[in-house]
Amino acid sequence: MTEHHIESEQFNQETGKLGMWIFLLTELFLFGGLFLVYAVFRAQHSQEFHSAALELNSFIGTLNTVFLLTSSMTVAMSLTAIQKNRPGLALFLVFTTLLFAALFMMNKYFEWTHKFEYHIFPGSPVLKNLPRGELLFFGLYYMMTGLHALHVLVGMVLLSVTFVKIKKGIVHQGHYLLLENSALYWHLVDLIWIFLFPLLYLIT
Amino acid sequence: MINMDKPGNTPYVSYLKHEGKYKGLLGWLLTTDHKRIGLLYLYAIIVFFFVGAILGLLMRIELIAPGQTIMGPQTYNGLFTIHGIIMIFVIVIPALPAVFGNFFLPILIGARDVAFPRLNLFSFYLYILGAILGVLSQFAGSGPPDTGWTFYVPYSAQSSTNVIYALVAAFILGFSSILTGINFIVTIHRLRAPGMSWFRMPLFPWAIYATAWIQVLATPIVGITLLMVIAERVLHIGFFDPALGGDPVLFQHLFWIYSHPAVYIMILPAMGIVTEIFPTFSQKPVFGYGAIAMSSLAIAFVGYFVWGHHMFTSGTSYASRWVFSFLTFIVAVPSAIKVFNWISTMYGGSIDLKPPLLYAISFIFLFMIGGFTGLTLGSLATNIQVHATSFVVAHFHYIIFGGMGFATFAGIHYWFPKMFGRMYNNKVANIAWGINFVGFNLLYFPQFIIGIQGMPRRYFDYLPQFQPAQVISTIGGFILFSGLVLMLVNLMKAARKGEPAPANPWKGVTLEWQIPSPPPHENFEEIPEIKTKPYLFGTGNNE
Amino acid sequence: MTGHKPHISSFSSLATVLVILLLLTTLSVAVTSYHLGAFAVAIALIIASIKVATVITQFMHMKFESLFLKLMISGVFVIFALVIVITFIDYYFR
Repeated sequence: MTEHHIESEQFNQETGKLGMWIFLLTELFLFGGLFLVYAVFRAQHSQEFHSAALELNSFIGTLNTVFLLTSSMTVAMSLTAIQKNRPGLALFLVFTTLLFAALFMMNKYFEWTHKFEYHIFPGSPVLKNLPRGELLFFGLYYMMTGLHALHVLVGMVLLSVTFVKIKKGIVHQGHYLLLENSALYWHLVDLIWIFLFPLLYLIT
Repeated sequence: MINMDKPGNTPYVSYLKHEGKYKGLLGWLLTTDHKRIGLLYLYAIIVFFFVGAILGLLMRIELIAPGQTIMGPQTYNGLFTIHGIIMIFVIVIPALPAVFGNFFLPILIGARDVAFPRLNLFSFYLYILGAILGVLSQFAGSGPPDTGWTFYVPYSAQSSTNVIYALVAAFILGFSSILTGINFIVTIHRLRAPGMSWFRMPLFPWAIYATAWIQVLATPIVGITLLMVIAERVLHIGFFDPALGGDPVLFQHLFWIYSHPAVYIMILPAMGIVTEIFPTFSQKPVFGYGAIAMSSLAIAFVGYFVWGHHMFTSGTSYASRWVFSFLTFIVAVPSAIKVFNWISTMYGGSIDLKPPLLYAISFIFLFMIGGFTGLTLGSLATNIQVHATSFVVAHFHYIIFGGMGFATFAGIHYWFPKMFGRMYNNKVANIAWGINFVGFNLLYFPQFIIGIQGMPRRYFDYLPQFQPAQVISTIGGFILFSGLVLMLVNLMKAARKGEPAPANPWKGVTLEWQIPSPPPHENFEEIPEIKTKPYLFGTGNNE
Repeated sequence: MTGHKPHISSFSSLATVLVILLLLTTLSVAVTSYHLGAFAVAIALIIASIKVATVITQFMHMKFESLFLKLMISGVFVIFALVIVITFIDYYFR
């Protein structure tokens, strides 16, 4: 029982990891509120949700899904690399993760600006003229993908900081909590998208 | 039991005087010591509490007579809004975890600090930022928010006042609460002393644990809801606007999904505090340790599913009203179990009626009045009569102020010698208690009566037949305020000039009484090894 | 507890997981070309749940973590599901 209290690096890492897991749960509930709103309005306006979803480009949506799933793999692999004392490989994998994240954000940017061109954004007169279910769908689309994109940015910042610290040798085989936690955060970003994708793009 | 007289001991330095990486004021502003952070929260909360109390007194002055007395309706609306925002988000939700959770959780489980000390300091500064934003909402451009602390749509989306300041303030305060909750859950899981299994942990940590889960799982939902209201105001997103296909009742669902569990964030640590006080001042083990521990978890869990009882008159379906009323009655059961256990703890004990016990006993009395009237509100038929009347106002003040507030005063008087190393004047403390108790009941009890008779809440004007009760209530408010001031002055004087306190003035048996008053910087010279259940009296280990 | 080394996922196992996830994604896109009406929601959510469970257990290592952590995550999904169900007791029966 006294082993419990040896201030070992591993003990500290497990403690830090538990903290991050609980934080991820709070993020799930943050998005959960939006999912609840989606569920209610989808139930009330299923036909109009269906029509509105046709406006979204499911090819881009699928591509973005592929980007995020792949980036989840690369960041998980970077953890394996660090654990196997291959910091160079870890750096490459973190960089690849960031690359896919950037591609995701670029896609998002094009998607949104394309919609803006058609005057589809919250508060626009075009939206006001749509059936209510469609208006609500787009409101949910923007709020959910917007909040998600914010989290992608936060994840990118975390991973960039991690990248620098791996390069400097601060994060290494014996001390990699920052990488593990940044990877967990990144997986959360992926998880949320896995639910967003079918609910927004595939209800056609 | 820690032997503090080991030969060759270096003389101990109290945490109040310890100089670490930073000295002087910076040593407080940049501290990561959970005890100093607890004190910082305590001082901030005392200041904001008196601000909130004075706002309440101003409301009472207005209500002493029908019609306009000292202010018009817009000002009154702004007053009850900021009174609620401060009291709920800045005081009663944070207070017990942030003050006593921070100060005593690590000590009670035999740890040197919380799991994430720097995150702890960050939580404090988020709290200060949120509180300041809340205050700023009163003074910025468009006037104080007038939506009530509940921010109901559609009005909160339309009101031209500084609603967004208040929404952002509440969001930031919520984030502070979440981080504290994470810190405490991990602390309890990972930093318990060797030998301290879950069921050897004292009951205040159990209460903090249940509370921390609510902080973590409920708060994010109000976070996103507040963001949705901001989106409604700024972007006209439409979720809550019927003209755009939205549903205002959906806001109520989302808001209360958090705000009901929030009241358990308030009351669970309060119950935890009195659960520590009863055994100590009865010199007897807690009756039903397991039941109290499990009932804390049960309250947290069931309390998650009763939110609809705030919405019985909002047009929800009969099925949902029935379900929520039923679950509301269920959630009262674990609380009743606790009351039974507290009384049984005292039965046959060696009772020492010091201020902590006086506050703890009156806590039971006031909490039960609040609890019973909660059943009146939770029952569908009677709810229609009393919803949105001053009956509700009296109910929640009995629970929050009479319950959590008096338990907080109990905790302050219990742990004061440990925190400050000094004893306060018992006689003055008891007199202040008496004034508080009388003032409190005069202030709130009449509000039950006129509430049933039809006096609405949040109204600055009323029918003349309600005036006698309103006058008594206002007088009670002033009596209570003077009692609070007396209580505070007594404690402040003692903090500077009181008799030095021994390590164990109350003959308690939990770990905080085994270390000096005030504690040293790292709490324990040596982390204790726990070999027994908690609350073992009569074994000579509490002299 | 100390003394037990953390599990290291192999590169190949992680790559296999990605292949599975991409296949599931393809499946969920393919399913939309059939007219399944109400079932479409259910199937989309089921596939998404399988993907989420895969990411949690494999990429996030949940499979190799403590029982407490597993209970915590499952418990949280249960609570969230209950909140949605109870909210619908209002909407469905209005």
